Amino acid sequence: MSDSVRRVVSVIVYNESSTLSRITDLFSARGYNIVSLTVAPIPESKYSRLTIVTSGSSRVIEQIIKQLHKLIPVLKVYEHEDLVEKEMTLIKFPITENISDIDTLCQAYNGKIVNAGPDMVIAMVADEPKRIDHFLEASKRFHPKEIVRSGAVALER
Amino acid sequence: MQISGAQMVIEAMIAEEVTVVFGYPGGAIMNVYDEIYKQDSFKHILTRHEQAAVHAAEGYAQRTGKVGVAMITSGPGFTNGVTGLADAYMDSIPIVVISGQVPMSLIGTDAFQEIDAVGISRSCTKHNYLVTDAADLPRVLKEAFHIARTGRPGPVHIDIPKDVTAQIAEYDYSAPVELETYKPTMKGNARQIKKAVDAIAASKRPLFYLGGGIISSEAAYDVREFAESCGIPAVETFRARGTMGADNPLLISMLGMHGSYAANMAMSETDLVIGLGARFDDRVTGKLSEFAKGADVIHVDIDPASISKLVNADYPIVGDIKTVLEVMMPLAKEKVDKEKYVPWLETIENFDRLHPLSYREDTDNIKPQWVIERVGQLLGDDANITTDVGQHQMWTAQFYPFSRPRQWNSSGGLGTMGYGFPAAMGVKSADPERVSINITGDGSILMNIQELMTAVEQKLPVINIILNNNYLGMVRQWQTLFYDKRHSETDLSVQPDFVMLSQSFGGVGYRVKTKEEFDAALKDAIEKNVVAIIDVAVERMENVMPMVPSGGSLFNMMLEYKEK
Repeated sequence: MSDSVRRVVSVIVYNESSTLSRITDLFSARGYNIVSLTVAPIPESKYSRLTIVTSGSSRVIEQIIKQLHKLIPVLKVYEHEDLVEKEMTLIKFPITENISDIDTLCQAYNGKIVNAGPDMVIAMVADEPKRIDHFLEASKRFHPKEIVRSGAVALER
Repeated sequence: MQISGAQMVIEAMIAEEVTVVFGYPGGAIMNVYDEIYKQDSFKHILTRHEQAAVHAAEGYAQRTGKVGVAMITSGPGFTNGVTGLADAYMDSIPIVVISGQVPMSLIGTDAFQEIDAVGISRSCTKHNYLVTDAADLPRVLKEAFHIARTGRPGPVHIDIPKDVTAQIAEYDYSAPVELETYKPTMKGNARQIKKAVDAIAASKRPLFYLGGGIISSEAAYDVREFAESCGIPAVETFRARGTMGADNPLLISMLGMHGSYAANMAMSETDLVIGLGARFDDRVTGKLSEFAKGADVIHVDIDPASISKLVNADYPIVGDIKTVLEVMMPLAKEKVDKEKYVPWLETIENFDRLHPLSYREDTDNIKPQWVIERVGQLLGDDANITTDVGQHQMWTAQFYPFSRPRQWNSSGGLGTMGYGFPAAMGVKSADPERVSINITGDGSILMNIQELMTAVEQKLPVINIILNNNYLGMVRQWQTLFYDKRHSETDLSVQPDFVMLSQSFGGVGYRVKTKEEFDAALKDAIEKNVVAIIDVAVERMENVMPMVPSGGSLFNMMLEYKEK
């Protein structure tokens, strides 16, 4: 869709075994897109918080929010406008690459080397998702062996 | 008190004032059936297929407005019931379906008759539960009934493993339902309501677009009063038939794919759509960009997700229709000048004079539409009507003179062939005084024909009227119109003898070829008071008209198509 926009939606749900599948089923059943999804319990409550990055036209986004609301265990749905958004990535490089260059690059993106082994180092970077894209692009020259991204989390400002 | 999970199920039925349960026993739900055997608080109706049990519960719920209940076993018992759950979900019918499950220790082991029931029902229920501890059962049962009947009604499925129905736990049903995450909005926003009334008062050609939500909200008589007090005409969706009453001069007809010319033209010419409990379904709107073009839209619905889903609402009002009308109607009565709409009503009358909903008696054979009109003339308000799915269903929606809400009961959203007969049994069990008629086709009736046995055993004298054209008629009609008459697999010339079929179960049967025979058969079937099949040989090549081809604009109707 030409007018497709990226949106971050936070969903507060009651902690039950089936809740996550209710949400992912809704997205697949109605043909909505999930870019990333993170979930963790909210401390000292019976609720969990999901952060879903999705995309679609404004009408689709409106429907996603309404349909999420309709699910019985969903307490609240926020569509973020003004938000702080962060994502983490772990990335594994061969030990043979230039470690100090890697460390300098990581620091430019709020990160550092967090683990070193006999034949590899692991770096951790936490930044805005778009900056993570840039970091991963820039790190290509160090021949990364494995990359894992956490998916975005967000808070309204 | 300390009782077993199975006993809790029975106790909850008593607490919810359930008078009839439809079901079919099996291994995983035997503990519950053992308790059913011991009780006499409610009647259990043994259907001959689980799908029929769920449809019968739907029929009961549609007729009464109460929650219908079905009980089925695990595995195939459950999967047979899924069509009923999906049907109830699409048509917002309040039912609770309780299924047995293999014991907890066997879940996930591919045990005999094991299936991930809640995984399957998740996308076709309003909510579902897998109960893993009998201590949760009282709360779950109470929540299930609450969720099914409140807000936008719908089916709730409870899956209970066999060992949980045997487990002893504390039972207390008195605690109120506390669902922090589920609070349907009943009252509409007062400012929006006021703005909507101003829009009505300012409009020149307003039109009520009445949907099934009115029936669910028990608001049909309020809607009649509203329309009459403001002199505003109305079109009904398929599921809203009976809201206005057939003889109401403000009722135009049904709109949509097989709506009347006047109804569809009114929708195309209106400057203000007043949508009440309708969901702008594709069978109603046709091509969305041309639907009610130039009109503003007021949309009242209890489900916020229905508003602006397909057609943008200029005046969105989330709330229960009856509750919203309590505020809206007095305001409208004050502000709206009836006289203003007289020219608009005349325009609509002209539409109707130009192309009335009609059919031609141009062959020697009985026309299917005549049968429906005739049942209407002979029984009218004294009958409750269900249908199956296909041409007969559309003709019934077009030609039966529905006089009251909940008189009409048909699978609208899902379009489930085989719905009509079991639903008619559910209707009969809820309203035994009235004649329960299932108008069906020679295709649909065979999809739940085994229910003849239930109807005989339980003395549910449903009258099945088959409009028999030896075709899967609606598909044939589409093949004729859109597939260059290639009638692929729709010729049903090979048929059972329906008279003997009904008789073999202990019912009565009639083969009808003339109008006189039809009158006599219907009269006799009512007198005999047992389940009946009236097999009416109708004109084979009749088509449902008018017709808006799928995806076409409402004002582009095919008005007549003669098939040789």
